[in-house]
Amino acid sequence: MKIVVCVKQVPLTTGTNKIDPNTLRIVREGVDVELDPADAYGIEAALQLVEAQGGEITLVSMGPERAIEAIRRGLAMGADKAIHISDPALAGSDALTTARVLAAAIKRVNPDLVICATESSDAYTGIVPGGIAQLLDVPQLTFAKKLTVENGKATIQRQIEGGYQTVETSLPALVTVTGSINEPRYPALKGIMQAKKKPVETLTAADLGFAASEVGSAGAKERVLGWNPAPQRQAGVLIKDDGNAAVAIADYLQKLKVI
Amino acid sequence: MAKILVLAELKEGVVQKVALELVSKARTLGEVTAVALGTGAESQAAILGEYGAQTVLVSEDAVYATYLAEPGAETLAYLIEQIAPSLILIGGTYDGRDIAGRVNAKLGSGVITDAGEISLEGGTLKVTVPWYSATTIVDVTSPSNAPLLMVKPKTFAAEKLDGAGAPVVEKISFTPSDKSKRARIIETVVEKSEGPSLEEANVVISGGRGLKDAKNFELLHKLAEPLNAAVGATRAVVDSGWVSYSMQVGQTGKTVKPNVYIAIGISGAIQHTVGMKGSKNIIAINTDEEAPIFKVADLGIVGDSLKILPALTEELKKRKG
Ligand SMILES: Cc1cc2nc3c(=O)[nH]c(=O)nc-3n(C[C@H](O)[C@H](O)[C@H](O)COP(=O)(O)OP(=O)(O)OC[C@H]3O[C@@H](n4cnc5c(N)ncnc54)[C@H](O)[C@@H]3O)c2cc1C
Ligand SMILES: Nc1ncnc2c1ncn2[C@@H]1O[C@H](COP(=O)(O)O)[C@@H](O)[C@H]1O
Repeated sequence: MKIVVCVKQVPLTTGTNKIDPNTLRIVREGVDVELDPADAYGIEAALQLVEAQGGEITLVSMGPERAIEAIRRGLAMGADKAIHISDPALAGSDALTTARVLAAAIKRVNPDLVICATESSDAYTGIVPGGIAQLLDVPQLTFAKKLTVENGKATIQRQIEGGYQTVETSLPALVTVTGSINEPRYPALKGIMQAKKKPVETLTAADLGFAASEVGSAGAKERVLGWNPAPQRQAGVLIKDDGNAAVAIADYLQKLKVI
Repeated sequence: MAKILVLAELKEGVVQKVALELVSKARTLGEVTAVALGTGAESQAAILGEYGAQTVLVSEDAVYATYLAEPGAETLAYLIEQIAPSLILIGGTYDGRDIAGRVNAKLGSGVITDAGEISLEGGTLKVTVPWYSATTIVDVTSPSNAPLLMVKPKTFAAEKLDGAGAPVVEKISFTPSDKSKRARIIETVVEKSEGPSLEEANVVISGGRGLKDAKNFELLHKLAEPLNAAVGATRAVVDSGWVSYSMQVGQTGKTVKPNVYIAIGISGAIQHTVGMKGSKNIIAINTDEEAPIFKVADLGIVGDSLKILPALTEELKKRKG
């Protein structure tokens, strides 16, 4: 089974992001970055399938040169090889361009299964996977909290409002996974050493047949006009519990007429 | 007048609240056409009319509830090409997102996710979008024809339109292709929950890791009774498996805006507060007086939730008599 996992490098999810006032883009220089923790679940899901059934895992990532660090981390977890699409012309790409570029790279692998996270931690549009599935002309199984692949079929438990659905399709297919699907492994030292030697193919937009004018900010169909800091809430009263917190809260709730 | 297309989601034949929210907003932007797909669509058209839809396009085809994303995406893409609306509004729900991703790629249109305020003044689209866990509000436009706007539930209020006439109801002539029937829903399992839903409750009580143990969530449910409240949670406790994902409040969970939000043993990370800081009144209980949750709380209590919760439940029961 050939599996592609789409992975992305994002600013540290515990930090705060900033906008560059000139480019109106997220500031990425001088910011600590990591493999999107949301993508580790997809890599783990792929590893478990391949460990049980055999196969090969290719990571596909679009991002600046330093995104190679995130790719190496995924390879250290156990993926076999990677395609890194890196090109200054791609900076500022919107969700659709991202999906187009990723789909073009994935076609070269011709996988049975493509795995994405339901949403990335920095952009969280959740739109890229559906775009990729459409462009590859494969069905999509989304919000998976469980995934099984058997006899050329993929079946998931799809998280929905107040429960789940069992959804099934024939391969090839695209699956998006949630954080409850598994517990991603940490790369072992041996994995980290091996990752350095695993093949990573680096491609530009032109290698995939895209002109610079149709990708990146130039091709984006979403334009930032300006921005403002979000209005802040004012902190109210703070009291230390000296045994009468329950009464204070009850008084407050009574004042608000909810009891 | 601008033509606004709204994808009105149905669930088991009933139009969803988010659809009424979208129609309520859409009628302030132009002439509203709602699209309702699936068994029961016709019977729901009148409700969409009450909220301001002038036209409702319906299909009773069961295929939309049997296969994920593709039949809906094919149909919506067809309708967008036919109608050429100025804007398409889609709920940021599980199904809405699945459909939007495919339609976006099919039509090559622009998409704006997490849309807040929307204006079309002078024919120019301007949408506010909360970025970076809503610490920055960005004004965005789209140079595309017929851009898709994804709107999270609860972004707008659902308000009936005074003097709304009955909508024009038209059957959709399009039939999804056989090829679109690929991701088949085999079964839907609904996990039962008691009390009001998180989105609808007047009072929401959420618990975090400060509750120390899954079994202490029972204290929240006990407090919820006299307040007729819904119980929510942080991602930390959802990921620990204490409670189900449907209870998660925040960036990757639900957005709630109740009259009163009570945060118990929650540190107040921005990814959590983004989902609750629109609440009218916020009460927080935390042992750490430096906890960021106190920055958004109207009433902050520095104390041990495990002691305060039972006492508070007793106090409220006493007062209710
Ligand atoms: C991309 C991304 C998306 C995310 N999405 C979400 C989301 O949707 N929702 C969400 O909630 N989080 C989300 N998070 C996680 C978020 O960053 C925090 O990690 C999480 O909200 C912390 O949960 P918590 O407050 O329960 O736990 P902690 O941060 O561990 O806080 C526990 C608190 O309990 C207090 N405490 C301890 N003992 C007691 C006691 N006896 N009584 C009272 N208080 C006590 C402590 O002082 C502490 O402040 C996301 C993170 C990322 C990176
Ligand atoms: N630049 C990228 N490179 C590789 N994968 C991506 C990229 N952008 C998005 N994805 C994939 O699509 C998922 C959803 O992203 P998003 O639509 O941005 O929320 C991510 O979790 C990744 O799996």
